Amino acid sequence: MPKQIILAAHFPGVNNTTVWSDSRSGSQIEFDSFEHLARTAERGRFDFFFLAEGLRLREQRGLIHDLDVVGRPDTLTVLAALAAVTTHLGLAGTLNATYHEPYELARQLATLDHLSGGRAAWNVVTSPGAFFGENFRRGGFLDHADRYVRAAEFIEAARTLWDSDGGDFSITSSQFGIAGRFGVPRSPQGHPVVLQAGDSEGGRELAARHADAIFSRHHQLEDARVFYRDVKQRVIRHGRDPDSLKIIPGVSYVLGDSDADAQEKAHHIRRQQVSPQTAILLLEQLWNRDLSGYDADGPLPEIDPRLDEDDTIIKGRAGMYPDRLATAAEWRALAEAKKLSIRDLIIEVTGRQNFIGTPARVAEQLDEYVQTGACDGFILVPHLTPAGLDDFVDQVVPLLQERGVVRTEYSGGTLRDNLGLAKGR
Amino acid sequence: MTLQLAVALDGDSFAAADWVGWARQADEALLDFVTFDDRFGRRGPDAVLTAARVAPLTRHVGLVPVATTTHTEPFHLSTALATLDYASRGRAGWQVRISGDPAEAALLGRRPPLGADELFEEAVDVVEVVRRLWDSWQDDAIIKDVATGRFIDRDRLHYIAFDGRYFSVKGPSIVPRPPQGQPVVAALAHGPAAWQFAGTAADLVFITPADAGDAAKIKSRLDPELKVFADIAVFFGPGAAPSDAAVFTGTVPQLADLIGAWAGSGIDGIRLRPGLLGRDLGEITRELVPELRRRSLFAPSAAVTLRERLGLPVAINRYERPAASGGAEGAPRPEGVPVA
Repeated sequence: MPKQIILAAHFPGVNNTTVWSDSRSGSQIEFDSFEHLARTAERGRFDFFFLAEGLRLREQRGLIHDLDVVGRPDTLTVLAALAAVTTHLGLAGTLNATYHEPYELARQLATLDHLSGGRAAWNVVTSPGAFFGENFRRGGFLDHADRYVRAAEFIEAARTLWDSDGGDFSITSSQFGIAGRFGVPRSPQGHPVVLQAGDSEGGRELAARHADAIFSRHHQLEDARVFYRDVKQRVIRHGRDPDSLKIIPGVSYVLGDSDADAQEKAHHIRRQQVSPQTAILLLEQLWNRDLSGYDADGPLPEIDPRLDEDDTIIKGRAGMYPDRLATAAEWRALAEAKKLSIRDLIIEVTGRQNFIGTPARVAEQLDEYVQTGACDGFILVPHLTPAGLDDFVDQVVPLLQERGVVRTEYSGGTLRDNLGLAKGR
Repeated sequence: MTLQLAVALDGDSFAAADWVGWARQADEALLDFVTFDDRFGRRGPDAVLTAARVAPLTRHVGLVPVATTTHTEPFHLSTALATLDYASRGRAGWQVRISGDPAEAALLGRRPPLGADELFEEAVDVVEVVRRLWDSWQDDAIIKDVATGRFIDRDRLHYIAFDGRYFSVKGPSIVPRPPQGQPVVAALAHGPAAWQFAGTAADLVFITPADAGDAAKIKSRLDPELKVFADIAVFFGPGAAPSDAAVFTGTVPQLADLIGAWAGSGIDGIRLRPGLLGRDLGEITRELVPELRRRSLFAPSAAVTLRERLGLPVAINRYERPAASGGAEGAPRPEGVPVA
């Protein structure tokens, strides 16, 4: 029997890949939009719905970013409301371990698990300090190294609270000194599903030790296989069954009547995602300096990137370029070889769609990834809100069901059951 | 004169079906709003999430969860309540709670409990920050201007730049201004310090008079702008009475008589607190509400939002200033001045 593909639906927004200028684009904030995407995912027998978290609006050149989707609702509150309009779909929220407290967050997640009948999941992330910290009592006091220490201790604390079955607890660690009565009895999953995002060494280790699933970003088949083997080896080193950690990259797709048609659509979407203004901003994020005087249809800057990592031109977005000079050299070489303008280069090097083709081609490729050990499933990131997943569910899911790799009906009662994960301790 | 009518859903159930059933009963009876009690360390689900869980399954009733200002992040509170307002299409409220309980403080481990005066002072700051964050997006901030490539007009977003004694918050919110502009802020007040706090920070206050005369006396001491609801704990059978509210036991017509007697005290509404939700809520919605309607003591509102139902004025955004007053960036109103 072939391996089952895990499918999740990401509600898009707050990045330049969401095409708000399309006439089919709806609200990023009204509840109807969230309901539509969640119901669509459930119709496609997806495992879970996936939501990011906002802690502050991004800024670039010291100004609130105004080109992409800006603004989103509170993660947990939306998920609790979605529990009312879905019956089997898992409800996963990104929730920061830096600006939440273990008692309160563990209680909220256990509440969500109860009120959804065992469908709650928590994507644990950490935040860089001062910028987000300006919105919180617990400001930006954590060193980079302490972020993962706090995250690991946070997860352990949450598991202790969930294991207390509503009773007394006492936790003393390097980050926390808390005690009392939890007040929430054991929830349907025991522990909500714990996801972890991030490809860094610290992120991989944290996931291998503590998580049920890892949200990765490896899009090329060979890279994905290397990552898959690395993480599964780490899981084994921590004494866990390799199947107890699911690897689920975030991916995008474009469907067409023919492969050529899909390629053409994909090209058009990329042009919408990277306007001339967006191209300059994305270039600034590598160059780390104001390039507003440059023409997006012109050549790359002659000057080198600015290397001050303590004062980046973009705030509120994780650093993407560990070696700015090396990446700039690569981009220059590519632009030179292919005679690319700034905008064309940015389209080439950022956010390519991962699966492009007819529904049959996309179904085949997704299946190949999972059956050949590149990942355990996918978090699909549509470029339109809220109807961006309709075509996938209508056209690709039936083909995956024919292949026997996506369920035709939900069998399990909880998200853990559906993902094939053991009940939390 | 007619009164507004609310019910406290003070349950500790973790079954979604219970909450949906209770909220729908109140919704179908066209009550003005329900409240969801909460405190850290109690047995029971998180109240804001419980309110969100029933929001898509109800249509009329206002949803007012309790949330503490003592132990939470004001930023999270503001965005959660704004989101409840979106999920309920303008029916969200918030009952502010403070806590001086050391056992609650130990659950968070953030700091030892503050004194009563400081707790109220901090609560005033938290409500102020939550309201400023709700206002931090002007209603027309999302422009989707394809010609310039701009999704928002950043000039219609505002840093709230709150810097107080207990915390600071820069803003703006991550959530666009909610449907009501300002969800309704309520507070339970047993005595003068809390009455004072409610007058400063809230739109609505729950008072706990012993009888109609007491209700009139308290009402006369309150800020006249406040909506005033009197709490009555209701038992249509045996049960343990709470110590902090007038307690009614008896028949439906007798309770209607009592509410009729309180109606002349100047209060705006009654919040009934069913002693046993499963039993007493059913009596209230099936028997008492029709009886009150026959007596013209309760007339359901057709208004869509909770603010409108309660007759609260439209929430003016403090950052929207007439062009004549000058200055591109609207300055916030002085701290502690309620928007309504």
